[in-house]
Order: sequence, then C-alpha cells, then structure tokens
Amino acid sequence: MSSEPKTAAGHGHDHGHGHGHDHAHDHHDPKWYSPSRWLFSTNHKDIGTLYLMFAMCAGIIGFVFSGFMRAELAEPGLQLFNGTAFGGFFGSEHNYNVITTMHGLIMIFFMVMPALIGGFGNWFVPLMIGAPDMAMPRMNNISFWLLPVSFFLLLLSMFVPGPAGANGFGGGWVLYPPLSGTTGHPGLAMDLVIFSLHLAGMSSILGAINFIVTILNMRAPGMTLHKMPLFAWSVLITAFLLVLALPVLAGALTMLLTDRNFGSKFFEVSGGGDPVLFQHLFWFFGHPEVYIMILPGFGIVSHVISTFSRKPIFGYLAMAYAMVAIGFIGFIVWAHHMYTVGMDVDTQAYFVAATMVIAVPTGVKIFSWIATMWGGSIEFKVPMLWAIGFIFLFTLGGVTGVVLANAGVDHALHDTYYVVAHFHYVLSLGAVFTLFCGWYYWFEKMWGIKYNGFIGGLHFWLMFVGSNLIFFPQHFLGLQGMPRRYVDYAVAFREWHHWSTIGYWIAAAATIVFFIGILEAVVRRRKATESGNPWGEGATTLEWTLSSPPPFHQYNDLPRFK
Amino acid sequence: MAGDVKHDYHLVKPSPWPLLGSLSLLLMVLGGAGYMKGLWFIPQHAWWGPLPGLVALIFVLIGWWGDVLKESRAGDHKEVVQISLRYGMVLFIASEVMFFVAWFWEFFEMAIFHQLRALPEHADLANNPGLAGWSEWPVPQTNGARVKPFDPFHLPLINTLILLLSGTTVTWAHHALQVGDRKSAKIGLLLTILLGMAFTAFQVVEYSEAGFSYDGSIYGSAFFMATGFHGAHVVIGTIMLMVCLGRLMAGGMKPEKHLGFEFAAWYWHFVDVVWLFLFAFVYVAPHIVWGSGAPGAGH
Repeated sequence: MSSEPKTAAGHGHDHGHGHGHDHAHDHHDPKWYSPSRWLFSTNHKDIGTLYLMFAMCAGIIGFVFSGFMRAELAEPGLQLFNGTAFGGFFGSEHNYNVITTMHGLIMIFFMVMPALIGGFGNWFVPLMIGAPDMAMPRMNNISFWLLPVSFFLLLLSMFVPGPAGANGFGGGWVLYPPLSGTTGHPGLAMDLVIFSLHLAGMSSILGAINFIVTILNMRAPGMTLHKMPLFAWSVLITAFLLVLALPVLAGALTMLLTDRNFGSKFFEVSGGGDPVLFQHLFWFFGHPEVYIMILPGFGIVSHVISTFSRKPIFGYLAMAYAMVAIGFIGFIVWAHHMYTVGMDVDTQAYFVAATMVIAVPTGVKIFSWIATMWGGSIEFKVPMLWAIGFIFLFTLGGVTGVVLANAGVDHALHDTYYVVAHFHYVLSLGAVFTLFCGWYYWFEKMWGIKYNGFIGGLHFWLMFVGSNLIFFPQHFLGLQGMPRRYVDYAVAFREWHHWSTIGYWIAAAATIVFFIGILEAVVRRRKATESGNPWGEGATTLEWTLSSPPPFHQYNDLPRFK
Repeated sequence: MAGDVKHDYHLVKPSPWPLLGSLSLLLMVLGGAGYMKGLWFIPQHAWWGPLPGLVALIFVLIGWWGDVLKESRAGDHKEVVQISLRYGMVLFIASEVMFFVAWFWEFFEMAIFHQLRALPEHADLANNPGLAGWSEWPVPQTNGARVKPFDPFHLPLINTLILLLSGTTVTWAHHALQVGDRKSAKIGLLLTILLGMAFTAFQVVEYSEAGFSYDGSIYGSAFFMATGFHGAHVVIGTIMLMVCLGRLMAGGMKPEKHLGFEFAAWYWHFVDVVWLFLFAFVYVAPHIVWGSGAPGAGH
C-alpha cells in the first residue's frame, strides 16, 4: 500500500514514443514565436515556462538588491547609501531599507512562489498525475499575468513618495503599522505596495484553486491519492495553505489601506485599535507562507533523492502525511514571530510548544530522505548534489529554528542577524536549492536539450560555498547582537560582515555560471535522451514516459496507472 | 492521431481575456491609487480615478464568461469538467470565508480582549491618555461622542428574516428548475432578487441612521467594513442571480445541467451564513452583554 507508485511500464513506453514522433498532429501546435501562444496561452507547459522566465527576471532584480545590501555592509560606515556614492545613485540611508524591503517581497512573491508553484507546479503536476492540462487553463493564464502587473506596481512604489521627503516603502516586508501607516509612510508608495500584494494574492489564490481541482479531479485512472507522486502531494498541500492563508492577508492589507486613506481606526491606538492586531493577521498568513515556499521543494527533493538512489522513497505515505501535518501545524504557530510584542507568558508557552512540534514531521522527512539514500545505488548527478545540499542546509536552518522557537531565547535574538541567518538557511539555501534541484532534474524534460554537467556542478559548488559564507557568519553576528535592517554598524561587527560580503560575490559568480550553463546548453543543443528518460530506472514518475520536450498536448489517451 | 482526443477534459482555446483582465486590474488600482494620493494625470480625490479600469474589467468579464457560456453550449463541459467547476466554486467560496475570518478576527479581538490591553501591567493609562480607548467597548469616538449601537431586534432582525426567506425562495427556484417547472423557477428567482435588493436597501437605511461613524473609532471601522463587505457580497450575489434569471428568460439552463444557477445559489447561501454570523456576533451578542446600549451610551 505504501510502496512508491509504479507506472504501467509497457503502456507508458508506447505512449511516449507515440507522441514524440507523431508529426501528424504537430501542425496543429502553434510555433514558438507566435505572440498569441505566449500572450493568450491556455497550455500548462507554456504557462509554466512563462512563470519560470518571470521568476528568473524577478530573481535577478532581487539578487542584485541583496548585492547592494552586502556591498553597503562590507565595511562600517556608509558605502553606497550616503547620498554621494556613484553620483548619488543610491540616495540616502532610507533607500537601504527600501532595498531590504523590496528584496524580501520580490524573493518571496515574485521569485520563489512563481518558480516553485507556478513554474514547476504548472509544468509537472499535470504530467505527473497523467492529466492533459490544468483543470482551468484560462484561469491558469490570469494567475500568471497578474504577476507582472503586480510586480510593476511593486517596482513603481520605489519611485513615488514614501515617508516625508523620500521615495519608496522601507518598513520591511512584514509591513507593520505604524511604520506602514500614515505615521511612517504617508506617501503613495505604501499604497502601491498594498495593491501589488492584493493582486499577487489574487494570482496565488486562483492558481491554488486550479491546482487543487486538477489534483483532486484529473488524476489518471488508477492513480489514487495514496499512489500520487510526492511532488503532486506537496503542491496540493501548498495550494490548500494558499487558499486558506492569503485571504486573511488580503483582509489585513485592506484594513491597512483604509486606515491610511479613509480614516478607519483598525491599527490606530487613538481610536481603540491596535497595531499588534496587524501582526497577528499578518503572521496568520505569514507563517503558512513559509511552508508554502518550502513544501513544493520537499516534493522535488523526494523525487530527486529517490531517482538518484535508485530506490523508492522511504516511507512514502509517512512522507505525504508529514507534509499534511506540517501544513496543518503551520496554521497554529504564527505568534512565535511576535514573542516580543508583550504577549503573556502562557500564550508564549503555547506557541513555543506548538512550534517545536513541527520539528517532528520535518524530522520524519529528513530521516526518510536519508533512509532512501541508505543502501541505494547513489549517483551524484547535478540534481542530486542540490538535493543533498538542500538536506544538509535545511537541517541546519531547521535546528536554528528550534533554537528560535524558545520564547526565552528569542527575546534575546529577536530582530538580530541570527534570525536573518535562520530564515535564509531554510529559504535561500533551502527553497532556492530545491528550485535549482528541480531545474536540473527537469531541464532536459522541459527544453529537450541537455545541460552541461560540469557547469551544473560548478554552479552547485560555488553556490554552496558562497551562500554558506554569506549566512553562516550571520549567526555569529546575531549572537553578538547585530540588529537586522540597519544600514550601518559598530566596528566590532566588521569581521563577519566582511566575510558575509565575500560570500555574496561567490554566490554572484555562481549565478553567472548558472546563466552561462543555460547559454551553453542552448548553443550546443545536445539532443535529449531518445527514450525521454535520461535518469534510468530510478525515475519512475509519468513525465519520464513522455518525449523531451513533451508534446504540446500530452495524454490524449489517458495513461492507466497500476 | 491528430485531434484523436480520447478523454472528456476541456482543453480551452487560447484566450485574450486573462491578459486583458490583468491589465484592467492594473488600470483600476492605478486609478484607485490616483484617487487616494494623486498619480500622474489623476488628481487626488478624483472620483473617476478607478472608473476606466472598472469599465474595462466589466467588459473583460462579460467577454470571458460569454466564452464560457458558448463553450458550455458547444458541449465542452462534460461530466468530469462539471466536477472540476464545482470543486473550483467550493474553493473560491472557501477563500471568501477566510477573507471574512480576517474581519471577524479583528472584531472579536478588540471586542473581547480590549480590557486585557488596558490592564496596568500592559498599558500605563495614567501617563498615556491615548490608550484609554482600550478600557471599554464600544470605544469612545475620537470626537468624544459615545457609540450608540443598533438595536438588533429592529431593522437587523427584519434583514435577517429577509435573507433567510431569500434562501428558501432560491431553493424553491432550484427545485422547480430541476423538475422542469420553469415558470416557478422564474418566480422563485425573481423573489430572491427582490428580497436581496430589499436587504441592500434596508442596509442603506440602517447605515444612514448609525449612532457612530466609520472613522470615529475601531468600533465603527469594524462594523462598517464587516457589514460593508457583506453588503458588497450581497450585491454581487444579486447580480449573479439576475444573470441567472436573464438566462432562464432567454431559454437557457436545463433541468439536468445549470451550473451557473447552482453556483449563484451556493454563493447566496454563503452570503446568508456570513450574515447570520454578523447578526449573532456583531449585533446580538454585544446587545446581550451590554444591554440596549454600551456603558454610558445615551439610550
């Protein structure tokens, strides 16, 4: 019952070939350069590609922003944000906060979510469950097109008045009032940020509804939920979190908007309101949000570990229900982000306990991945490097998470670089590593050409060294008391900040290598493996039965699943 | 094998509506931003700010849903597609429920826990008179006036009965449609729409008689936003029912397949349930706890 799903091999094989060489129906497919193919798309693979391209563009911007921060923090004193550097391009200290805020919002809403859920989710959920497309292909497209629009609003916000005498919103991605209210940022910038997140939220809710419907209603005949690939499980759970968490953020943002513009008193103490209320509403969304970012990655890593260990995933059902448990508990731990707001001790004790419970299902996942590798015939192909790197780094981030879950410890570490290090270990070394893991795992399947293994390996090792060098020293900075979101710092913090910035340049080199890898693959055009499955018998899910790239519409004859 | 599709799923043709819809929303929020703060050629407080985007959006929605209707008539909505659409609507309503959770959360938190915030160990009221608002509920308004809450057993009770009644009429219409009695279906639907409009009209009357203001205190903000969003949903639901009535009159909707009608009815019941929660917790419960008026209220 709990064994890894197996396809009806004979059938799948015929099927992939049938379509891969079926030129008779190719003339129905739009040409790649047809504008309407991309602007009006109702094809899950094309929309997935759009999401991936968008995430790459947004990711570059977000990454460059973090470069501005690291360059500024390389030395004590003001390097960039001093009003004169580079002809005053970077402006004053306020802009450092704007860049920090934008970096967070961009990486969360416009890089990780579009890439993992919109990109890989769109591409591979239908392929893996044996569906011809998403359930609502047209709605799928508006889920995508709302993102560039929303991203435009966010970028625009940087160039319109924020606080008195400066542009942009610099209150951090958490948008706490009164800093995000008329007191802190009376200008238009914050209103545009609110609208941007409203639209990004609509996009995600519609996309999530689409995924849930597709997964519940369009699985191939014979594929019960308990035989469904773990990536589809992970997206299903993620989608439920999105549908339940994002509307609450929409409500909180609307309260903020009316407080700012129409005189309501939700977060105004003078009218009986309370800014702490915003924090509750925000984190009721915000905590599920961090699982939204990591769960699809869990799914990808499960497939990669299983494929390159040539073993079914250890404890398939436990893996699926561990994600369900993480998703559920994710909704009842939100106030561990708010230990220092003056909650009473009993409430803090509850949130400490609930938060620590999450380490149990997470541990189930970590140990099951290791148990999958145990005794396996392991191949260290590029996706496997990213997957193993992910397990190591995510565990590290998880351990510091358990440290921070203790309210007593958190009172000392709240808003220090220790927190910054923690969440970058689980996200920029966790979610982002799974993203690259999926990218290399499915590269050939998506684009029909092979990547260069050496460049892929170089990308991994540079990124591994670079991102660890950025964030590991930040633990020390945090323990020493270096606060987050400061443009300048005492000389005592210089050493580790300096190393952190060197790490950034290594990560930047890794990112350049990543793009060189794409370029090299595009130029060389190495043909994809004929069978559609370059990974051999370890790759058991349905997408490997199709040609690379898959036909424009796959599964005209639905695959049967044993 | 060209065109040899052996499944019942609906592979939708490429469509301009999603892109145009997104651009309309962009136009609308930029217009809204212009209305609030002034942006480019839109002066601050220009009432027409969001209008172009809204008009474009309505145009897009008509085109989009028009296409859905055409596809439905063309037979694209096979059994399995109908199940997808049902799941989709249920999930959409679930997300709407969570949206209201935000407003109820806000209301409960401040109605129930405001005293905790005013405890001496949390707030130094003596030295921070600005925090005095936390010591009672409803909060005194910023202009010093007392909040005079509504009597729930007056207009709000009538509105509750109206909405509950409309829930029965829409069910009547649904059952009539299912057994092919189109005349009764039309009457039931028309009654539902009229009841919905009556509800909205009474809400407008009630708003005009409020003994507190939207920007006076969090009580007014919470009241008007929660009931206001509910009212907006009633209006949207009424429009959905009107479209259904129009389609019924034009000969559309079959006894065995009428998803548009079902979804409008589900939505209507959802709106109904939200109102019951509003009535119980925003109108009646405070009335029971504090009597006919708040502490110190003038009546």
